[in-house]
Amino acid sequence: MTWQNVVQALALVLLLVVTVPPLGRYIAAVYGSRDDGTAPGDRVFGPLERSIHRLCRIDDRREQRWNVYAISMLAFSLVSLLGLYALLRLQGSLPFNPTDRDGVGPTGAFNTAVSFVTNTNWQWYSGEVALSHLSQMLGLAVQNFASAGVGFAVIIAIIRGITRTTHRSRTLGNFWVDLVRGTVRILLPLSFLFALVIASQGVVQNLSGHTSATLVDAAAAESVGSATQAIPGGPVASQVAIKQLGTNGGGFYNANSAHPLENPNPITNLLENWAILVIPFALVVAFGILVRDRRQSRLLAAVMALFLVCVTAFSMFAESNGNPELTARGVDQSISTTQSGGNLEGKEVRFGTSACTLWAGSTTGTSNGSVNCMHDSFTPLGGLGPMFQMMLGEVSPGGIGVGLMGLLVNALLAVFIAGLMVGRTPEYLGRKIQAAEMKLLTLYILAMPAALLGFAAASMTLDSAATYQPGPHGLSEVLYNFASAANNNGSAFAYQGTGTQWYTVTQGIAMLIGRFFLIIPALAIAGSLAGRPKVPSTSGTLPTHTPLFGALVTGVVIVVAGLTFFPALALGPILEHLSL
Amino acid sequence: MRVFLRQLTPALVALVVFTVLLGLVYPLATTAVAQVAFGHRADGSTVERDGVVVGSELIGQPFVSPQYLHPRPSAAGAGYDGSASSGSNAGPLNEDFLDAIDERVAAYRDENGLPDGAEVPVDAVTASGSGLDPHISIANARLQAPRVAAARGLPVEDVLAVIEEHTDDRGIAVLGEPGVNVLLVNVALDELSQGG
Repeated sequence: MTWQNVVQALALVLLLVVTVPPLGRYIAAVYGSRDDGTAPGDRVFGPLERSIHRLCRIDDRREQRWNVYAISMLAFSLVSLLGLYALLRLQGSLPFNPTDRDGVGPTGAFNTAVSFVTNTNWQWYSGEVALSHLSQMLGLAVQNFASAGVGFAVIIAIIRGITRTTHRSRTLGNFWVDLVRGTVRILLPLSFLFALVIASQGVVQNLSGHTSATLVDAAAAESVGSATQAIPGGPVASQVAIKQLGTNGGGFYNANSAHPLENPNPITNLLENWAILVIPFALVVAFGILVRDRRQSRLLAAVMALFLVCVTAFSMFAESNGNPELTARGVDQSISTTQSGGNLEGKEVRFGTSACTLWAGSTTGTSNGSVNCMHDSFTPLGGLGPMFQMMLGEVSPGGIGVGLMGLLVNALLAVFIAGLMVGRTPEYLGRKIQAAEMKLLTLYILAMPAALLGFAAASMTLDSAATYQPGPHGLSEVLYNFASAANNNGSAFAYQGTGTQWYTVTQGIAMLIGRFFLIIPALAIAGSLAGRPKVPSTSGTLPTHTPLFGALVTGVVIVVAGLTFFPALALGPILEHLSL
Repeated sequence: MRVFLRQLTPALVALVVFTVLLGLVYPLATTAVAQVAFGHRADGSTVERDGVVVGSELIGQPFVSPQYLHPRPSAAGAGYDGSASSGSNAGPLNEDFLDAIDERVAAYRDENGLPDGAEVPVDAVTASGSGLDPHISIANARLQAPRVAAARGLPVEDVLAVIEEHTDDRGIAVLGEPGVNVLLVNVALDELSQGG
């Protein structure tokens, strides 16, 4: 690494440190941190929201208990899923289809519909080959917003569960109001501004199909079989903005943010990388404001940042050292003033290994899943980092809403374990944690690993599912891809063909489990805590804002993931590294 | 179940409202502003020569003739296919991939008159993530310069100067990595040859 690479990483940190606190305060204010009942943007967005509520026939003052809240969320997700499925199947006969795409097949459309509704954005297809502009705009872009909006609603409901202490207030808010609010007041204005900034840098934003360019070197036409090159078009900047900000990650084009028209230069790269992380971290700040104890946010943010920094640095060193097999073949991977060096297979010259691994850490620490380089071509250890971070359960800092939700569940587990050690009833933020919550918590913890390991094991035994590369790398691919699906990430070890019936269906199921089998128990925990009286803090209470507790939560996250996944990782990336 | 059915109406209406607002108004408004404010950039930053579009400055293009700078290997379709962006996704120990590296290293040395055993810059023999990488490293460009100059009958210094001129620095001096824009260099070289 060069000093510029270090400054680049620090620039990202600085950008986050400057922008996260104000955005966090804004989010908190949007969700009712002000005592006078007003929220920012009331004058601009208030009328729009009220008319949406009227159209939907929602009484915005009527609050829901956790089960109704969860049912509303499921109803919205189901309708979204069916709508998107229909759109993908029918796109061939619908307008805005300048490149003449046919309808998507049944299992493929199921997979994609689930993928975008669950905020995963797993893509078994190539965007520019399979989808019409209409599907991209009306289908995928809308779900990019909506699935992130659901994430906002879920975490706000959970926070209300933790903070409401009077017996009359066993409700968690109104799902529809929360969904519309986060989407309209946070995601939409941010995305609009961001889309214009990146469009000014060269990200495409038009409604055209391909522009045909005549090749400069006529002799090259023979080797590629065409005298022209297609310059693709499309409403790309608007989609890239929300795919980055909404922790979605589904690229307009197959190559995602490695594509020069999605991510043309190192400046857009830094901004898009920032956009991955800013809302998940800002939500932690908002959490501290809403629970009226900002020390809690500092602790949770520190735990998240610790994982993120360690994993990213680990991958960065592995990738900048390059692939020893190439060195043995006379390839110069050294770092000098005239080349960035390192393992460049699957990476763009303009980014180099540092900007790529910085992104890889960010995209797998959140459940974003967009990529600016191909993770499948990483060195074994370089690829281990992103994979392990997903297996931690996407808590560093995780997807919008669901990331903070995951770390809070781990914090409850940590207070429970600490409670067992000293023989006291565990408490978190003054709420007693009892058997009912612990049962739900166990459900939560088991769902993702069961889906990941179950489907990965089944895939390894089926001959027809053997679309992976030979050797231990094949196991890495299967593990990575199910880790991605079950954690709603969406990045891939993309050599493996996942467009088959087996993978589109099983990955679709894994995504559904990873989304709803986590959100519903978490909402149930919040519902069970809501209205429980606050117990006074005594000298025997375990404070949850100290470094000691931070270490405890970190340990819990590592132990749960480590015990579950270490044997599989040993046979995949670790074995591959040892055979280099 | 009744509760669920009651929530279907708001679900359906909310989806329709979102579809209009976020699926139509938002992308169309963004398109309108972007087209007015920076149409050239928003249309793919195309490069024209004598009124004909010959490429995009952001997208790499295939070159095989000796008088042109050659881009990196590409896994996009048959090579630099703008409608099929892709990386190879080959794992680091994949044997087909390592065999391809051997071939590319030999071909690169051969093309550019390098002795056996000479080290070859990594970007010259590896495919990018998009398959459309517009850049090569400065080291790679400099190694190709003598061949390009010989094929054109130009002094090497002139070719190096064109390369220098179309080298993109790091973003604000610290972001990403510098690279030489292959298409822009080659278009400029053609102009130089014609003019001279």
